[in-house]
Amino acid sequence: MQAAEGGGVVRERGVAVADPLLDARDLVKHYGGVEALRGASFTAYAGEVVSLIGDNGAGKSTLVKCLSGVERPDSGTVAFDGRPVELDSPVAARALGIETVFQDLAVAPDLDPAANLFLGRELRKPGVLGWLGVLDKKEMRRRAIGSFDDLGVTLQSIDVPIGSLSGGQRQSVAVARSVVWASKLVFMDEPTAALGVVQRERVLDVIRRVRDQGMAVVLISHNMPEVLAVSDRVEVLRLGKRVARFRAADTTVEELVGAMTGALSQEDAG
Amino acid sequence: MTPQRKSLAKRLVGTNTLWIALVLLLLIAVFGALRPDAVLTVFTLQTTLVETSVLLVLAVGMTFVIITSGIDLSVGSVLVFSGVTSAMTMNSLNGGDATNAGWGVVVVGLLVALASGAAWGLLNGLLIAKAKIPPLIVTLGSFGAALGAGQLISNGSNVSGVPNVLSNNLGTGTTFGVPNLVILAAVVTALGALLLGTTRFGRHTYAIGSNEEAARRVGIGVTRHLMAVYLLAGVLAGLAGFMAMAYFRVASVTGHDTDNLNAIAGVVLGGTSLFGGAGSIVGTIFGVFIPAVLRKGFVIVGVNVYWQPIAVAIVLVAAVWFDQSRRKARDRS
Ligand SMILES: Nc1ncnc2c1ncn2[C@@H]1O[C@H](COP(=O)(O)OP(=O)(O)OP(=O)(O)O)[C@@H](O)[C@H]1O
Ligand SMILES: [Mg+2]
Repeated sequence: MQAAEGGGVVRERGVAVADPLLDARDLVKHYGGVEALRGASFTAYAGEVVSLIGDNGAGKSTLVKCLSGVERPDSGTVAFDGRPVELDSPVAARALGIETVFQDLAVAPDLDPAANLFLGRELRKPGVLGWLGVLDKKEMRRRAIGSFDDLGVTLQSIDVPIGSLSGGQRQSVAVARSVVWASKLVFMDEPTAALGVVQRERVLDVIRRVRDQGMAVVLISHNMPEVLAVSDRVEVLRLGKRVARFRAADTTVEELVGAMTGALSQEDAG
Repeated sequence: MTPQRKSLAKRLVGTNTLWIALVLLLLIAVFGALRPDAVLTVFTLQTTLVETSVLLVLAVGMTFVIITSGIDLSVGSVLVFSGVTSAMTMNSLNGGDATNAGWGVVVVGLLVALASGAAWGLLNGLLIAKAKIPPLIVTLGSFGAALGAGQLISNGSNVSGVPNVLSNNLGTGTTFGVPNLVILAAVVTALGALLLGTTRFGRHTYAIGSNEEAARRVGIGVTRHLMAVYLLAGVLAGLAGFMAMAYFRVASVTGHDTDNLNAIAGVVLGGTSLFGGAGSIVGTIFGVFIPAVLRKGFVIVGVNVYWQPIAVAIVLVAAVWFDQSRRKARDRS
C-alpha cells in the first residue's frame, strides 16, 4: 500500500513544498445525540485538488460546513495560511478567500442566476445612489453573463428564477458562484451529482483551471473514477474521522473503497 | 451559449402583477358600463382613493413582511395604539384638548405615532428574528396586546381633540384637487417600491424569503434584516394610525380589527407569494384597490354589499391557488 504518510509524499512531489493552506485538526461536532465528527482532521494545500471521500453519513458535509463557517465545531483547531483562525461565520470564511458549493446548493430559487451569483455581494451604483443602496443590476447581469460564458454554464435566459432551471443548471450556477469569488480555496460538496456527461466534464475542467490558478479545490464525490481523474490527493473520512490519505496517482478504486468501508485502515492518518 | 434577456413583454406576461392589474381594470370597466354616470366621476374616484390610502400604507409594510415569508397580524392594533398615544400626547401638550393646537404639537404627535409603531415593530422583530418564535404567533400576540394597551391608555374610549390644523390639512385637505392623504400614501408607496425593487435591502428581503439558510450562508445578516423589516411594518402602521386620526378627527379604538386581514388580502391579491421570495409593491397597489373597487361598485350598481367579502374571498383563494400551482410546476426538484 502506497499511502501518503502525513503529507510527506506530497512534499516529495514538489507541488506543495510550503505548509498546508488549510489544516484542520481533531474536529468534533455533535448534533444532539449524533456525533457527526469524532476528531476529524483535514488538510489542503494550495494548487491542488484534494478529494474528500467517505460513505453516506461519514461526516463530509458536516466537515465542509464547519470549515466554511456555517456550523461551529464543538472542539478542534483550524489553521489557515499558517495562522490559527476562528471560522465563526460564513463571512469569516469568505474573508479568508474560502468559497463553498454546498450539497443543498444554498441558492435562492426565486431569484435569477445573476442575483444568485452576486447574493450577499451586490454591486451598487456609483455615487449617491449607491450610497443609498441602489443596485447596479445591469452591471451585475453583464458580469454574470460573462462569468457563465467563461465557465461554460448554459442558460437560455438570464432573467428566470433559478428554481425553474434544471437541477444541473442550478448546480452549475452554484459552482460558478464559488469559483468567481474564491481566492484561496473552494469546497465543492458533490458538485457533479446532478450533471450530465457534458456538464460534468465542464465542471471538472473548471476545477482543474481553478487549481492551476494556484487555489486549493476540495472535491466531495461518490464517483470514484471521477475522483481519481481529477484529484492530486484523496482523504478518506469514515464515521467522522479521517482514516486514510492517498496520492491519487498511486491508488486504485479498490483501495479507496476499502478505506471507506473500513476493510482497510491506515495508521498515522488522523 | 450566451444567455439572453427575455423581451419586456414576455417578462411582463410572466408576472402575476399584470393579471391582477387586468382584473382591476376589468372590474372598473364592468361597473363603469353598468353605471357610467356614477362610477367614473371624480368624487367616486376620490373617495375610493382616500378610503384606501390608510390601508395602502399598511399594505406596503405588509408586502416586505410577506416577501420574507413572514406575516404581521398586529398592524391594525398598532395603528390603534399609535393613534391613541399620539392623540393623548397632543392633548396633554395643549392643556387637555389639542383641537386648536399648532403645528409644533402636530409634529410631536407624528413623532409619537411613528415611535409607538416602531416600538411594536421592534418587539415583533426581536421575538421573531432573535427568539425565533413563528411570526404568526408573535404577531397574534401583539395584535391582542397592542389593542389592549391602546384601550388601557384611553380607558377604552375614542380619543378626540385632534388638532384642526392636522385634520383640515392632512385629513381632508387637497393639493391641486388631489387629497393630501392620497399624496402621502402615494409618496410612501413610491418610496417602498423603490426600496424593495432597486436596493440591496430589497434584494436581501427577497433572498431571505426565498431561502433563509442560503441568505445566511452568503453572509446576509438575516436576524438584523428581519428585525428591520418588522420595524418598517411597525413604523408604517404608526404612520397609518396618524393618517386615520387626521381623517376621522378622532383616534378610534374600534373598527380596525380586520385591517390586518385586509392588508394581507391586498398584498396576496397583488401577486406577492405567501411562501415568500416573490412579490412587488406595484402588485400590492392593484391588490389593495380590488376589494375597495368591488365595495364601491356593489354600492353603486345596487348589489347587496354583503357580497363584497364573498367576492374578495373567491378572488383571494383563486390567487393563492394560482401561485401555488405555478410554484409546483416551477420547482421541479
Ligand atoms: N443538521 C443535522 N442535524 C442532525 N444530524 C445531522 C445534521 N447534519 C448531519 N447530521 C448527521 O451527521 C452525520 C454526518 O452527516 P453528513 O451530512 O456530514 O454526511 P455526508 O458524509 O455528507 O453524507 P452524504 O454522502 O450522504 O452526503 C449523519 O449521521 C447525519 O445524520
Ligand atoms: Mg454530504
